[in-house]
Amino acid sequence: MSAAEGTGAAGTFVPFVWLIAAFPLAAFLINGLFGKRWLGQRSGWLASASIGASALLSIGVFSDVLRGATSTTVTLYRWIGVGDLRVDVAALVDPLSAVMLLVVTVVSFLVHVYSIGYMEHDHGFYRFFTWLPLFVFAMLILVLADNYLLMFVGWEGVGLCSYLLIGFWFERPEPVFAAKKAFVMNRVGDWGFMIGMILTFLVFGSMNFTEVFGQVEIAEQGVLGLICLAFFLGATGKSAQLPLYSWLPDAMEGPTPVSALIHAATMVTGGVYLVARSTPLFEAAGGVLVVVGAVGAVTAIFAATIALVQTDIKRVMAYSTVSQLGYMFLALGVGAPIAAIFHLATHAFFKALLFLGSGSVIHAMAGEQDMRKMGGLRRKMPLTYWTMLIAGGALAAVPPLAGFWSKDEVVGAAFTNGYPILWTIGVFTGGLTAFYVTRALWLTFHGEPRDRHLYDHAHESPRLMTAPLVVLGVGSVLAGFVGVPPEDGFLHRFLPEALYPHGHEVHQPQLAVIAGLAATSVFAGLIGIFIGLSMYARRRPDPAAVRRAAGPVHRLLENKYYVDELLDRRFVDLSKAFAGASWAFDAHIVDGIVNRIGWAFGLAGSGLRRLQTGLVGNYALSIVAGVLAIIVLYGGYATGVLRR
Amino acid sequence: MTPAVPLGAFIAVSAALFFIGCAGVLTRRNAVVILMCVELMLNAANLALVAFSRRYGATDERGSVFVVFVFVVAAAEVAVGLAIVLSAYRTRPVVNVDEARAMKG
Amino acid sequence: MSPSNILTILIVIPLLGLIPLVVFWRSRRAAYQVAIVTTAVEFVASLVMLARFKVGEAGFQMVESAPWLPSFGIRYELGVDGISVLLVVMTTLLTLISVVYSSGGAIKERVSEFVAAFLLLEVGMVGVFLALDLFLFYIFFELMLIPMYLIIGIWGGQRRVYATLKFVLFTLAGSLLMLVGIIAVYIASGDPGDRTLSLPLLIERRASFALEFQVWVFLAFALAFGIKMPMVPVHTWLPDAHVEAPTAGSIILAGVLLKAGGYGFLRFALPLFPYGTQFWLPVLIFLSVVAIVYGAIVSAVQKDLKKLVAYSSVAHMGFVTLGIFVLDLQGGVGATLQMLNHGIVTGALFLLVGIQYEKTHRRLIADLGGLANRWPLYTVFFGVFTLASLGLPGLNGFVGEFLVLLGAFSFNPPTGPGGLFWGPVAAIGVILAAVYLLWMFQRVMFGTVREAYRALPDLSPLEVACAVPLLALTVVMGVFPQPFIAIIEPSVARVIALATGGAVAIR
Repeated sequence: MSAAEGTGAAGTFVPFVWLIAAFPLAAFLINGLFGKRWLGQRSGWLASASIGASALLSIGVFSDVLRGATSTTVTLYRWIGVGDLRVDVAALVDPLSAVMLLVVTVVSFLVHVYSIGYMEHDHGFYRFFTWLPLFVFAMLILVLADNYLLMFVGWEGVGLCSYLLIGFWFERPEPVFAAKKAFVMNRVGDWGFMIGMILTFLVFGSMNFTEVFGQVEIAEQGVLGLICLAFFLGATGKSAQLPLYSWLPDAMEGPTPVSALIHAATMVTGGVYLVARSTPLFEAAGGVLVVVGAVGAVTAIFAATIALVQTDIKRVMAYSTVSQLGYMFLALGVGAPIAAIFHLATHAFFKALLFLGSGSVIHAMAGEQDMRKMGGLRRKMPLTYWTMLIAGGALAAVPPLAGFWSKDEVVGAAFTNGYPILWTIGVFTGGLTAFYVTRALWLTFHGEPRDRHLYDHAHESPRLMTAPLVVLGVGSVLAGFVGVPPEDGFLHRFLPEALYPHGHEVHQPQLAVIAGLAATSVFAGLIGIFIGLSMYARRRPDPAAVRRAAGPVHRLLENKYYVDELLDRRFVDLSKAFAGASWAFDAHIVDGIVNRIGWAFGLAGSGLRRLQTGLVGNYALSIVAGVLAIIVLYGGYATGVLRR
Repeated sequence: MTPAVPLGAFIAVSAALFFIGCAGVLTRRNAVVILMCVELMLNAANLALVAFSRRYGATDERGSVFVVFVFVVAAAEVAVGLAIVLSAYRTRPVVNVDEARAMKG
Repeated sequence: MSPSNILTILIVIPLLGLIPLVVFWRSRRAAYQVAIVTTAVEFVASLVMLARFKVGEAGFQMVESAPWLPSFGIRYELGVDGISVLLVVMTTLLTLISVVYSSGGAIKERVSEFVAAFLLLEVGMVGVFLALDLFLFYIFFELMLIPMYLIIGIWGGQRRVYATLKFVLFTLAGSLLMLVGIIAVYIASGDPGDRTLSLPLLIERRASFALEFQVWVFLAFALAFGIKMPMVPVHTWLPDAHVEAPTAGSIILAGVLLKAGGYGFLRFALPLFPYGTQFWLPVLIFLSVVAIVYGAIVSAVQKDLKKLVAYSSVAHMGFVTLGIFVLDLQGGVGATLQMLNHGIVTGALFLLVGIQYEKTHRRLIADLGGLANRWPLYTVFFGVFTLASLGLPGLNGFVGEFLVLLGAFSFNPPTGPGGLFWGPVAAIGVILAAVYLLWMFQRVMFGTVREAYRALPDLSPLEVACAVPLLALTVVMGVFPQPFIAIIEPSVARVIALATGGAVAIR
């Protein structure tokens, strides 16, 4: 079916890697064409089955790579070939893409199954299961591509599906607005990606990963830095880092499974994947990684502070996602891409779980998302509660849950690679994270129910929804062990060949250092949990009092630093004004000139028209006058009276 | 023998006739009179042509031949002009050129 | 059936269609039948021509050459190359679709006159892309104008007279300058008695064109083609023309007529006047980038749906001119692809806007909204074309835009800002396109639907039949662009070689 070539033996599943993407595509087409009339509810099963098949195949591919089938390219066909530009539709199967494949397909599968229950009564059911597998298809292209241009196809494809799914309930204006905002902000990042891509081609003569990374030396640092910054701009857009982050919280207008899949586990990790994949470029570019790390760290703490005071449960999770993505970029920035991918994978599990769990709660509360109206739900929804607790613990980096291992490695790497400021930010943000997740969980599940009516009608979600929760919960517990022991676990031996094609010296920090750093992180987390419990379980100090005391600061955080009002709206208003001015310029000045020319002709015409009096005598007079003039002139020239 | 009439006399007469005709075309209002004045101008030109032809045309009388052409053209033009006048005459008894301003732009 | 004069046949078929049309002048049905059959036959004939085309050859194929006015060195000369062959097929397809759509009820009075105008228009359009003799080219170039003038002026909207006059006079002014240029070329082409207007011969003799001569004559041609494209700042005829034109007229105007400008540059201006091209290059690049950004910005604030799409055409054609003038292989191929893409996608957009207008009788965006609730089929079509217009990868628009941007970045002029400046600025057009197109889409399709539109039917089978070929092409050209690129590339390479080699830089 396709040409597979690589440096090692190709496995049994690897040549069929494109089927992983083909299954969701088929589901998209079938559901799209036939879903409305013939499939109805079965479209959900069809989509889930296709993703399930993809997941199984991904496991097969992963096992192939595990057993030594290294860096294989599976080419389908030549997509574009003009002059020196040669871009194929080809998949690069290596440890990095294998890991991403697993994460994407498994989490997608669980979300699909969950959605069958969650979206059961929605009249757009079949449409949901048309766009969702399309999204998975695009994400798989993003992850599988062996060159930047094909990756960009997936990159924009997930952006499109994000637009379609955020704006799923398009009769309402808010989702539509949020969808457009997401797409446009992504596009700003995409501008960066395109510039990076084009510069890559101009410098290296190719956009193929293997070819480019093989000749990193030929590029001078300045240009390389430019390329990496451009790519990073793209990553900030896709992964909601400063300054292109504000679309993500707004994206919560979409159905919760969408938030779980796209805006937690997969699409937003695209930026992290891009930078990780481009590690050879970034490492060679020198100073750019510092920028990456700094942006990641600042974003992490910035978003965490906002999450402290949000009242909508999904918003808390959204800002948490922005913050955790910041951690991943922090890891990339300090030269620990393995840690970044590690955290990406664990975060996919526990954040998806947190979102799906939130969805379960929202479902039970008949659509209510405000935590101030919740409370005591653990008695009504035990399964949801326990799984959310696990996920929350993972997020707060409580050992031995998955989040602990990955986040600790991120933060630890900041320290051991010589970035104490970033380390401090990371630890402090860890404390904040623990606090806000404790707060969210307590407000939702503990204490006394604040809205009796809703509480009475609350019930545990159907099995279709809780089963994925359980699976994700297990994942949130176990996923961390791929990175154990720290710096020397399975992942650390598996990934490097994909990230560092030319080798990389590994310096193992001493065990004591690692343990010390871990202890610090855990300690910060425990403080956060402690304060959280103290404030909300025992009202010491009372949250309301704290809010009053904090006053303006609290309001600042509640309003998300007024970013939307100040920056976003100002920017939009300015653009609209400028556009309006341009239009006026076009209509009145540019077109005005055209119309004026026409008017001038008309004027000349009506002026000259006065010569046409219709009176024969006048015409005769002008004939005579003309003849006289000719005679005079001719005579003048001929006799030399008039000179030329 | 009778002394030859100097060329200048012919030109003078021709010019005088031409300007009289021209003045008539420009000032008279009656269409028929204008046509008559146009005839006058044409014949003035004829006179000049014949005079020059006789004076300088030693080998041939091209000027006189040209006069014959002018006769024909003048006749045709008068025919058409009088036809126009006649058809205009159907609507009003006196054809006053100043009143025919339908071609005003 | 394999005649050797396929190109002449392509020109003649619409004329032959006029005969039964005249015979059955009174019958509306007959008129449409003649129209559909003729344009369908023409389309098939163009496919036959395409099948005969040898991919990989750069020069002219299927050339037909015969003396016409020998005393002026004017020949009847036709030929295709990689650039024109696909444009011709696109032309015949769009004409067929326009006619089929109009037969569904959009044009009801004076049908026979309409069909006659359309057939004549087709002759002009096909001829423009096939002619190799400057004089013949000029004839076809002008021939396109009058039927379009009639189509807009008779079957158009409220301000149709103003719009069509502006369109004709503006375009005519440009092409008259080109005529002056043609005459200048004729005189410069050789000694009296040996002069010619045939392109292949002129290319051979172009070394004799003085440098200053090239500068001025290129300008003359550039004005004509620039007005046609349209380039900023001579673009203001387009929005008015589109708004007032009937749907079929808009499809053809956007889909084909605008391409005559870009094609003219590639076919005549660049190969014949390489020095002139180099001289005007900075200005043209600047204007192209301005068109991309300015066109998009002004699109965003349009209140009339058709005007919005019209300004988006200005922006898209900015990409085309940018790709042409960077004199780069990827840029040139991208520009040619963009001409095809734009014809298909924007033609489809005008088709859909027209369909919507026929049902709702509303063109102002403020009057629309929530259509997605009632028209799922329409939403899909409209959505795909909107996405193609904003350059979503996977659809055809992206490939062309990307190649153009690639070429733009490689632009390396001796003075002034180079590709590293123009490239990113032009790429901003990508962001802006998403803004105005999605905003338009959301205002028209999303939200709640008005009472008045609740009962309106979705796309009829006829309308679907018109839109599906365009949809298929949009997707196919995005996923498998390589066959098209393979056709275009050699000829573009040849044009660029002609435009850059043999030029003496002044700086």
